[in-house]
Parts: sequence; structure tokens; C-alpha cells
Amino acid sequence: MANKLISEIPLPKSIANVFSARNISTAKDALSLTEFELMELLDVGLTEVRSALSQISEIVAPPYQTALSLMEQRFQNEHLGGHFPTGLKGLDAALCGGIPFGVLTELVGPAGIGKTQFCLKLSLLASMPTNYGGLDGRVIYIDVESKFSSRRLLEIGLRSFPEIFQMKEMAQEMAGRILVLRPTSLAEFTLSLEQIKVSLLQNQVKMLVIDSMAALVSGEHEQGARRQQTLSWPISFIK
Amino acid sequence: MEIWRLPISASQRGKLISAGYTSLSSLSSISSSDLARELTVSESEAMNILKVASHSRGSETSNASCSIVEGAQSAWDMLHDEESLMHITTSSADLDNILGGGIHCKEVTEIGWSSLSLIVNSVLKYKLTTAFGSESIIFMLIGGVPGIGKTQLGIQIAVNVQIPNDFGGLGGKAIYIDTEGSFMVERAFQIAEACIEDMSEYNRFLRKDFQECKIKMLPQDILENIFYFRICSYTEQIALINYLDKFLSEHKDVDMSLWSQVKVIVVDSVTFHFRQDFDDMALRTRVLSGMALKLMNLAKRFSLAVVLLNQVTTKHTEASFQLVLALGDSWSHTCTNRIVLYWNGNERYAYIDKSPSLRSASAAYSVTARGIRNSSSSCKRIKMM
Repeated sequence: MANKLISEIPLPKSIANVFSARNISTAKDALSLTEFELMELLDVGLTEVRSALSQISEIVAPPYQTALSLMEQRFQNEHLGGHFPTGLKGLDAALCGGIPFGVLTELVGPAGIGKTQFCLKLSLLASMPTNYGGLDGRVIYIDVESKFSSRRLLEIGLRSFPEIFQMKEMAQEMAGRILVLRPTSLAEFTLSLEQIKVSLLQNQVKMLVIDSMAALVSGEHEQGARRQQTLSWPISFIK
Repeated sequence: MEIWRLPISASQRGKLISAGYTSLSSLSSISSSDLARELTVSESEAMNILKVASHSRGSETSNASCSIVEGAQSAWDMLHDEESLMHITTSSADLDNILGGGIHCKEVTEIGWSSLSLIVNSVLKYKLTTAFGSESIIFMLIGGVPGIGKTQLGIQIAVNVQIPNDFGGLGGKAIYIDTEGSFMVERAFQIAEACIEDMSEYNRFLRKDFQECKIKMLPQDILENIFYFRICSYTEQIALINYLDKFLSEHKDVDMSLWSQVKVIVVDSVTFHFRQDFDDMALRTRVLSGMALKLMNLAKRFSLAVVLLNQVTTKHTEASFQLVLALGDSWSHTCTNRIVLYWNGNERYAYIDKSPSLRSASAAYSVTARGIRNSSSSCKRIKMM
């Protein structure tokens, strides 16, 4: 939406020509400048600038929804009411049903508390078919510290869902839905994000697990503020 | 007023100056056709220039009977207006206290119904404070560390603005602009339910003599009056704020009654998208202040309260870390009122950092399952004894 081309927006011809003559081709460029700057740049009056901006803004601005329709949508369209139940009753109750879709959830804890185990169990749950409480979808597991153990995963599967995992083909199918990526540096990770974005939609990926964010950054040698900066782009991209 | 301040295009201005018209008075006696001939522009353009010039000039001439400057209001009239303004309660009586009754409309405020007695208190206090004509807070910025409850406060405000007039509320709708994706519908439902329950309790307590007027509102109705926008980039944010003008005027025309107008805009959080991606710092500041001005404009024109939620960063000064609101000092200057939310031990506190009229004060609050409420620290002390 931000990169919508000015040429696609129905503006009066004269203004549209001026915009393209001054190399303002996307809505982003136009809206990043203040009204006076645009006036200077395009050499048109204030009223024309204002009306052009309001037209562009109307098209670029996201549509609204009432909170009620948001809730109804959640229950109707999204599977399981918009939350992914973890199987832990207390946690699910606290999270209003489970881990919410469409937002980032962070698991934090000291070393050895079970974060990776939690991630493994969740990935397994997500790949299970819906009648077992799963999402019936793929999982992309980004394993920075090389902690992913497929043997452990299968062990969990065997103990939790013996009926499925005892059959070799089913076990293969379930485990096959979990794709593990092992980026060795932040740069590699950032690059692969673009790829992931494309494949997310095409391949029915229902969950993205990153284990762990801190490990991504601690591998870099930059200090202080720069660390935060390098992380902030990937994070906002994931959002 | 000089020519170079007129809102006309640069080439027109250049032509005016080269033709010898450097001040407005020189344009007062010329006709449009003469001007068109001298500047070699079309007649309609010349008429436009003259119209703009006369309009600017008109705002400067003194008028004996009316106000000295067009568009200004005398301070006395403003006091009268402010006294009749209504407040949006934050549901915590302590917080309402330091805010002078709650968040006022017509200002941009940056930052719940607690137990029964506190409900009564806050309504009474509202009446008292308006009698003293406390200056209204239009524009308010609420900043705080992650996890302190900014989104909760935002949702609470969006729900509380809908409290009907009979209960001391504004009975208006809310616009919630979500830049981070932290709005949880289920939580809003919880808070709405709690709000309605408190209202019915208040009803039963205070209106024993009158007919039992049941609260007809359902949480679904409250949710229906919250307009939710999800923003994924700063371009969308700028576009949306430009578009809100049209959205609000359309909404105003359709529903004429006071009940169904938008009374508050909550932006959560206003600086999120501007913290990454922008390379040109000066441009970022300009765009942000332009946005703040537009919001203030909206607040004044449609009589609404604007609440902006912001993140805090740590600033390294000498050897210590200081919490400051994100995006630097220039943005902090654009907001007239500022509330900082912080932790003090185990308690959440709200501190009025900057306000043209209110004293600096801090109040404790807590985030409960029912929303924002007074913190129960006093009860804790009694229990320990």
C-alpha cells in the first residue's frame, strides 16, 4: 500500500504530470514531504497540493474495521478463534485461548528452563492435523544455536501422539512439515527473510519459530546502539 | 504581511516580486486584468492571487466590534468553553485526580471504573474540577517502558469514552490506530464487560429511588463503536491522518446526535514506524511535527481528545541511563501534555511530566483483569499490619 504508484491514483491530469516530472512516483515519496516542500518542488498552489494529498491519502490509508467485526472475523474465519492452544490449560486461559495469530510472541527465560523444548512441542503441535488440536500446516524453524534435535522431536511425538507416530509414514509426514533453517549470521538471516516471506503464502506455513533472537545478535561484533539498529529491521519486517 | 508568506506557488511569487509588488498593500488597488497583464499570467490566476492576498490582509485589519484578530477567541470566552467541556475518565480515581477529572476533549492527551465508591468519587470530582475551570488538555502524549500498560490504558480510554452521558461520560465513539498490532480484541471485550458491570452496580447503588433503568448496553455495542485501523508503515500512518479529516466529517454528517460522534483518537504507538527506516533525520522531524499539527487541528475542529502512546528509550548521559520518550526532544516539544508511565518497585505509576496547566503529580494505578484501576497498595499495608 505504501508503494502505490501515483500513476495508478486518479488525480487530475495536470497534477499527475507534475508529480512524474519531479520524479515522485510512489505514494511514499509524496507523503514523506510536507505540504510546503511539495509546493516548492511542484510549483503549484496550496489548494492543489492539499487536494492531491487528500486523494492520495484516501487511497493509501488502510480501511477501518469496528472492533466488533474484528472479533467476529476472528471467530468465523480464523481457525480456533484466532488463537493456537498450547495444551497447557493455565496458559491457554491466560492468553484467551492460546498463542494469538498475527502477532509476535516472545518466550523469555533463563538458560535451561525449557525454551527450546517448548518450541519443539509447539512446532509438533502445529504440524498435527486439526482433530488432534494442531494447525495442519507447515512450520519454519530458524535454529541459530543448532539446538534442534529431530530425534527429540520424534520422541515427543511418540509419547504425545502414539497413534500417529507409530506409523512410520505418518511420522515422516508430520516431521516433514517442519522445515529447519540454520543461518550462521544476521546478514544471512535477513536475506532469508525475504525468501521466507514469499514461501509463507505459497506453502501454507502456519508458524514461524526463531530460536533464539539473542543468539543472532551476540554473534555479531558490533557494539551498543548498532546492535539494536541491525535487529530492528528484521523484527519490524517479521511483524 | 509580505508577499513571500502568501500560499501561492513559487513561480507566481517570483513574478510578483520581479514586477515590483513586494507588500500586500501594493496589491490592494490593482485590478485583476492589470495584474494579469503585468505578470503575464492568465486572468483567473491573477484573480486567485488577489483573492488570497485580500484574505490574508483581512485577517490583520482591526475590527472595532469583533475580535481584534480574526479567528481568535478572548481568554474569557475560552474559560467559559472549557468549563462546559466533558472529561473521559481513565477509570482510576487517582489518575483522574491528577488529570483534573480525566482526559478532556478538544485537546490532544498523550496516555477505569474501579470499585463502587471510587466511581462515585470520580463523578463528584469531575463536577468540582469543572467548576474551577481547569484548562482542558487537548493533546496528550503517554510514554512508558514496554509492559507498563500503555495499550491497556489506550483500550480503557477507547471503552470509557462510550460511557453514556447519564453516568458522567461522553457517550462518544473511539478511533483506535494500531501501529504495532498490540490491540487484542478479547481484552477489549473483557474491559467492556467490566465497564458495563461497574455501570450497573453504580446504577443500583445510586438510583435506588428511581425506576430501575437497566443498562441496555452490551459489550458488543461497545466494541462496535471502536473504529480500528491497522497501520503497517509510516506512509500509511501519514495517509491515515490525512484521511481522518474526511472520515470524521463524513461520520459527523451521517449521525447528527451527540451520541454517535467520535470523541477520542488513540494512536498506539505513534513513533513505532518512524524509528527505523528513516535516514533523513530532519525530514523525519518535519513529517512528525506536521502530523502532530494535523492531529491538533482535528482535535480542535471536531472537539475530540487525542491520546498518543509512545515508547521510551534509554539515553546515555555520562554514566547513567535515563528514560526518555522515543524520537528525541523535537517530538517532545510538539505535544503540549506529557504523561510518563514507570515502575516504582512493584507498582505502576503515572507522572505528569509536562503540562501547561496541571501541576506535576504522580499517581499509582494497576492493570487488572477488569482494566485500569486504582492500585490497591493502601489495602496491602493494612493487611500487613
